[in-house]
Amino acid sequence: MNIEQPSSFAFSAENLEKAKWHIAKYPDGRQQSAVMPLLDLAQRQNGGWIPQAAIEVIADMLDMASIRVYEVATFYTMYNLKPVGKHFVQVCTNLPCWLRGSDQIMAACKKVTGCSNGETSADGDFTVLEVECLGACVNAPMMQIGDDYYEDLDSATTEEVLTALKAGQKPKVGSQSGRYTCEPAGGITTLTDRYPDRAAKAGGDD
Amino acid sequence: MLADKDRIFTNIYGFDSPWLDGARARGDWDGTNKLIELGRDKIIDEMKESGLRGRGGAGFPTGVKWSFMPKEIGTRPHYLVINADEGEPGTCKDREIMRSEPHKLIEGALVASFAMGAHAAYCYVRGEFHHEIDCLQRAVDEAYEAGLIGDDACGTGWKFDFYVHSGAGAYICGEETSLIESLEGKKGQPRLKPPFPAGVGVWGCPTTVNNVESIAVAPTILRRGADWFSGIGRPNNVGTKLFNISGHVNQPCTVEEEMGIPLKELIERHAGGVRGGWDNLLCVIPGGASVPVLPKSICDDVLMDFDSLREQRSGLGTAAVMVMDKSTDVIKAIARLSAFYKHESCGQCTPCREGTGWMARVMQRMVSGDAHIDEIDTLEEVTRQVEGHTICALGDAAAWPIQGLIRHFRPEMEKRILDNIARRSAAE
Repeated sequence: MNIEQPSSFAFSAENLEKAKWHIAKYPDGRQQSAVMPLLDLAQRQNGGWIPQAAIEVIADMLDMASIRVYEVATFYTMYNLKPVGKHFVQVCTNLPCWLRGSDQIMAACKKVTGCSNGETSADGDFTVLEVECLGACVNAPMMQIGDDYYEDLDSATTEEVLTALKAGQKPKVGSQSGRYTCEPAGGITTLTDRYPDRAAKAGGDD
Repeated sequence: MLADKDRIFTNIYGFDSPWLDGARARGDWDGTNKLIELGRDKIIDEMKESGLRGRGGAGFPTGVKWSFMPKEIGTRPHYLVINADEGEPGTCKDREIMRSEPHKLIEGALVASFAMGAHAAYCYVRGEFHHEIDCLQRAVDEAYEAGLIGDDACGTGWKFDFYVHSGAGAYICGEETSLIESLEGKKGQPRLKPPFPAGVGVWGCPTTVNNVESIAVAPTILRRGADWFSGIGRPNNVGTKLFNISGHVNQPCTVEEEMGIPLKELIERHAGGVRGGWDNLLCVIPGGASVPVLPKSICDDVLMDFDSLREQRSGLGTAAVMVMDKSTDVIKAIARLSAFYKHESCGQCTPCREGTGWMARVMQRMVSGDAHIDEIDTLEEVTRQVEGHTICALGDAAAWPIQGLIRHFRPEMEKRILDNIARRSAAE
């Protein structure tokens, strides 16, 4: 990889505590199980990607061969081994999202960020990537930016979210169409005694 | 239609608090010590009698699975591992349990672990579910604080720990042995069975892997009784089930319904119907990406349960219903799934590693029509070579959608190819 690798890496005091908390979840001698959470901590500390030096540090901490850590880091898609933009935009294009317009979501991302699939904007603000199913299929189409899900998108709301991020604002996460979570948009069809205010209106206004 | 009084997940939309106060008000953690006092054998018998079949896709009876664990705890500790690596396209039910009903899952984990002699449960959550992991961890912290889990869980003297483990983006880790490998800190490649996890699972110890929904419904089943649960639905296909209805419907949603509800009723009653009306329906994938597509003619009256869908050579899978109306290019839809399986193949078995790539490439040509008619038969033949020839079911899952496409939409595939030939000869 033709990227500039930092010469060293060390967990912050805070992340070292978190690392110990993760390691303590697993039985004695099974500390290797903590390799995934530790890679995640390293990635968060390092601005969204895992440098080679962090792999060495984690290997030492967990008494693993560094190639075994590297093997894990390359197997799972959530570990970035090269830098990504400040806002890492992952657009689900799997079937349920595609059926409801993920192509337009990708186009909206391109319009605001200038990035096609897999590209990072010149200012480093955005990386846009098509990804596989993110498990929010009844709120399709959707995208994940950093840790947050933005759901029930269309071209306009996608542009709004990205423009807000670009301006340094924090857009509302979750549904962008006014739904609470995964209930039917027109009102609930079950549990209506419990939540009468959420029930579909009789006669329905489409 | 299922009556509200028979719904287990009364906070599935998160309108109420997911936290301990809210959960207790809904009946969670109510007399959990009495469930434990039933004893291991009685709990497992009750679960068997309830007829609950695993909610992760395969539909194996949960109580029977629990009974495979060694009766006595030997030198190796027992573990419950909860599969929350929800990644089957179309599926988003476990997410709702973790963020809106996390205490059902934790209570279920305690009861299930006790029944299997496990003092610890590990819940493996897909890493993208950052928010859901936070919710679940907060609920776990509450449960420790309240003494519901920990050294003396619910005052029963049973020590029980619940740990949340985050995945990192690999569909294959939803396969139980791959999940175990991943939990051990390795790349997630499935193990050969036997040995089965109940004998040799995580860290070489007896392990049972259950889906989130299967565990979360257990306390309610034990409280209300096996007869109550088995009285809902049809024989061998009983109980309530979370359905995810996505795609070309007016109101995509998640809903808890009875097993065996007609597909058409499910879509029309809860999801606002097919976009443009039922007659505008082209086809439905009824149980997540891995199960074969069904044309409208079958959707008209098929029931949503394991056996009914298997009779139609499809499956209930995760009950993730993906609806496609007549505007859909169904060949492209299935090709998208083929691309998914190519991306997610772990590469361990040759038929899957090579086959998923080959099938995805040929499916791309089927989309454009740049193929020969007899390649449809070749494609079908290759799916048969992949199916059943790999360690895990990902090879099968890659094969089945294509087989379903050829079975039900062969004329469309042929027409695409013939149109392409006609277009090219006209251009010459």
